[in-house]
Amino acid sequence: MSKDTREPLIFDVSRPGRVAANLLPKCDVPYQSPSELLGAESLREKLPLPEVSELDVVRHFTHLSQRNYSIDAGFYPLGSCTMKYNPKINEKTAGLPGFAALHPLQPQETVQGALELIYELQKMLAEICGMKATTLQPSAGAHGELLAMMMVQAYHAERGDTQRNIVVIPDSAHGTNPASAARCGFKVKGIPSNEKGCTDLAGLEKALEGGNVAALMLTNPNTVGLFESDIQQICQMVHDAGGLVYCDGANMNAMLGLTRPGDMGFDVMHFNLHKTFSTPHGGGGPGCGAVSVQANLEPYLPVPTVEKEGDTFRWKFDNSKSVGKVHSFYGAFLIAVRAYTYILSLGKEGLRSASENALINANYIRARLADYYDVAYNAPICMHEVVFSANRQKREGDVRAMDISKRLMDYGFHPPTNYFPLIVPEALMIEPTETESKQTIDSFIEAMIAIAKETQENPEIVRTAPHTTLVSRLDETMAVKNLDLRYAPLFEE
Amino acid sequence: MAQNIPADLKYTKSHEWVRVEGDVVVIGITDHAQDSLGDIVYLDLPEAGRVLAKEDTFGEVESVKAVSELYSPVSGEVVEANTGIQDSTEVVNTDPYEGGWLIKVRLSDPSEVEALLSAEEYGAVADAEGH
Amino acid sequence: MAYISNTNEDRAEMLSAMGFTSFDALLAPLPPAIRYQGELNIPTALDEGGVLRRLQQLAAKNVDLESHLCFLGAGIYDHFRPVVVGMLAVRGEFATAYTPYQPEVSQGTLQAIYEYQTLICGLTNMDISNASMYDGATGLAEAALMATSILNRGDIVVSGAVNPLYRQVIQTYANVTGYRVVEVPTAEGVTDTERLSEIVNSQTACVVFQQPNFFGNLEDVETLTETAHKAGALAISAVDPISLGLLKPPGDYGVDIVLGEGQSLGNAMGFGGPLLGFFACNKRFVRSFPGRIVGATQDSQGRRGYTMTLRTREQDIRREKATSNICTNQALLALCATIYLCELGKTGLRHVADLSLQKAHYAFQQLCAIEGVKPLFPNAKFFKEFALSLPVSPSELNTSLLQSKIVGGLDLGAYYPEFAGSSLFCVTETKTKAGIDALVSATEGVVKGGKA
Repeated sequence: MSKDTREPLIFDVSRPGRVAANLLPKCDVPYQSPSELLGAESLREKLPLPEVSELDVVRHFTHLSQRNYSIDAGFYPLGSCTMKYNPKINEKTAGLPGFAALHPLQPQETVQGALELIYELQKMLAEICGMKATTLQPSAGAHGELLAMMMVQAYHAERGDTQRNIVVIPDSAHGTNPASAARCGFKVKGIPSNEKGCTDLAGLEKALEGGNVAALMLTNPNTVGLFESDIQQICQMVHDAGGLVYCDGANMNAMLGLTRPGDMGFDVMHFNLHKTFSTPHGGGGPGCGAVSVQANLEPYLPVPTVEKEGDTFRWKFDNSKSVGKVHSFYGAFLIAVRAYTYILSLGKEGLRSASENALINANYIRARLADYYDVAYNAPICMHEVVFSANRQKREGDVRAMDISKRLMDYGFHPPTNYFPLIVPEALMIEPTETESKQTIDSFIEAMIAIAKETQENPEIVRTAPHTTLVSRLDETMAVKNLDLRYAPLFEE
Repeated sequence: MAQNIPADLKYTKSHEWVRVEGDVVVIGITDHAQDSLGDIVYLDLPEAGRVLAKEDTFGEVESVKAVSELYSPVSGEVVEANTGIQDSTEVVNTDPYEGGWLIKVRLSDPSEVEALLSAEEYGAVADAEGH
Repeated sequence: MAYISNTNEDRAEMLSAMGFTSFDALLAPLPPAIRYQGELNIPTALDEGGVLRRLQQLAAKNVDLESHLCFLGAGIYDHFRPVVVGMLAVRGEFATAYTPYQPEVSQGTLQAIYEYQTLICGLTNMDISNASMYDGATGLAEAALMATSILNRGDIVVSGAVNPLYRQVIQTYANVTGYRVVEVPTAEGVTDTERLSEIVNSQTACVVFQQPNFFGNLEDVETLTETAHKAGALAISAVDPISLGLLKPPGDYGVDIVLGEGQSLGNAMGFGGPLLGFFACNKRFVRSFPGRIVGATQDSQGRRGYTMTLRTREQDIRREKATSNICTNQALLALCATIYLCELGKTGLRHVADLSLQKAHYAFQQLCAIEGVKPLFPNAKFFKEFALSLPVSPSELNTSLLQSKIVGGLDLGAYYPEFAGSSLFCVTETKTKAGIDALVSATEGVVKGGKA
């Protein structure tokens, strides 16, 4: 059977004069002409929007949804993304009118429950990471990094340490780290990783020379999935050089209740509530990049902060040392509701159990695939994720990490993260999370082993994968060279 | 994999090649560089008249998934940029040493050319990177 | 607990397959000194019913705007959300999908973003739209920074009639980059165009304004844009997307970058987050543009498909030289906006805008009939928000209105000391004549009662 699997664009479905439903009331106040109220010169003529029925809308977006992979449908072993199950109760609580139908500028006495939730969640996050205070304002991890660098800058400026214009970042870091530091006007100094895949202390020592370092940005566990065992010494070295230490909390799912960045010596960190605290990724957002700080950075937190006085909560807007505001209002409140719901559901024992199971699942994959794929840096134990290199497959069958990833789709799995971290050639970065069962993980492992065999016996099938998806590999060169970023016929007269 | 490294050119560790034509040199990126980058989709080139010091950034070359800065192997003034290929950047992939040249620079210090890598030396650099 | 699938037996088998007998072996890389030995000061796990009760109890401490009438606007709006929007967007296939880096298994999200980009271009009449940004305020800050980097100029000129919260965010971003934010004064509720032409110069990277502006008033957008362009600067406009059901799109008056808050396009007010920053610009800035972008292309068998494109601008490739550090878009909120705009369509969006316009003017006229209540800007044309000078304290009026289950307007004095004693009211299509009359009579009661 040959079937056209394309879903037309909603604009192709549109027919002049078609409407969706009786959505809006008739005007029940005396009607006045818009051109009189606004001036005829202010009004538009064309409004190029579709004209479709509600059934058209429902079918179209249902079809689109069916063209996606999702956690609800299958396993996502995406390293550094923590694609754990997103509990349904989170959606229920975030949809309560007492949260969803609140205006951010309502009088404070009318939003006491919302302020209490924010206050409580901020305290919980500070407790989980061993720091003093938290803000929920940043909208994403990268936004949290940016805010953290703003606070670092304000901290040094207040001390007259304005010559500190360098941020040190290991070569294994997420690209957002250097981008966020640069956004604050810092110069980025990279340091290489050592042969164990961890921070090279001699390299760090050298980078710290000269007294111009404002901060070190470090991911721990690092992006190779390894715990930086020298972390206390690293923090001490940076502090001795007058700098601050920032923890990229992308990998917090390895540490809940097991160890705390604040206790290691970090001054500031961000959380990804959409990773560690189970809020849905939504196909690319929204997220929340909450930032926690030690007492030294607390004065610079963005405004407003929430305070508790007796049984009353209130916003505090005036704080002369604050870096300012980084969001229209207070951050992604409904994401905070989901994260708070999750923490209450798990409790302290559940948080710890989540990290324990994440470690077991990752190490199990590491152990079972070590004979088939090269383990990057070959450490005996990884944390919540494991990084392999497809070097062997590239050598033996001219099969790249990307090919293996695409072939996994044919086995029903989402690919792992590819080509990151940059320091591992042909990287395959696998993070199973705690919520996957041994059965699911075993079938993933079987698929990986089968692909390793295919690489030897029939590499072509791997190189040209995927073969079973709705579309095959897309021509990305064409996408850049013949930019088609909107549906052109809609704009033709 | 065999790499095309013409013996009559000079090279840099950052994968530029240099051909001397009197007091002007022609500069481009090597076959190895275009191969590592993949399909090239964008070129950012300097205007004629710009004065470059050795190792200055003079532009950028982008593929779909990578971006690489271009470093001047020599000091001097840009006399011409190959702007004609900016709409057909695939020439850099298909013909890196001829049609895909990038800029011409009038040398301010001809001795700099001597210090550049020979084809043999560059071949070792490219091999060490693995491919 | 913890939504863990594995049983104790599973775990024991897995550990033994690795050659370990207990979990503790996996903690070997952690130096003992930093192993957390205590118990986190976090409550013990609640059962699902218990969690729901706790959250319901917190929610009940809030005054929600399903049970109260809302006349607050100032950037977040109580527009109607068709039921179909929430019903479709909650599908796990959308909500629990990752960023579409693997296009073969993400065509749904990618096509939806392509449609979103098309709809935003259609609304604004701009050439290109990104896949969305955090919110209106950071979108505006990113636009201003984009202008500084395109033109290599350091002054960001911002109208005083731009949302003051947005201006605070621009200031925060400018502080760390060393750019100067210059404010243009307002006159009679709109940007003072004469003062603007004195302010702009060869250091001006952009002129930032808002249409309708923070006070709800229509700006002379042609003059503002022209003044920016005469100085060689970019014109940046924040717009209310609902207003574009009626108002001339920014592309028609030559603006270079358009952005705004897309919450009102089918997204919850949600106490101000998460939000949806939409962002569109002229195609000549395509390479300096922040954020993700989706493009159409073909697969290896010639079938149409969608993929993220122009990726080399982004942080994971360009690192410290990226056009922005942003690596998130608000995909799920952009999806809601897409469904909303399709569901309402050409006639529906016009209708929403027109109804808001009509009801706001009715409310304005009725409120102004109360003795002592006067328009703050009598000569201004406005869309759905208007400022009134009140004979009573705005905050005390609001406290009294709450007793009638009404959340009143914004106390302007909190943001503009010179307008203390005035309130900014917002009226959308969700307010009936009866609801507006209730606001009017309750306000009249407070004014006449002289309570405040």
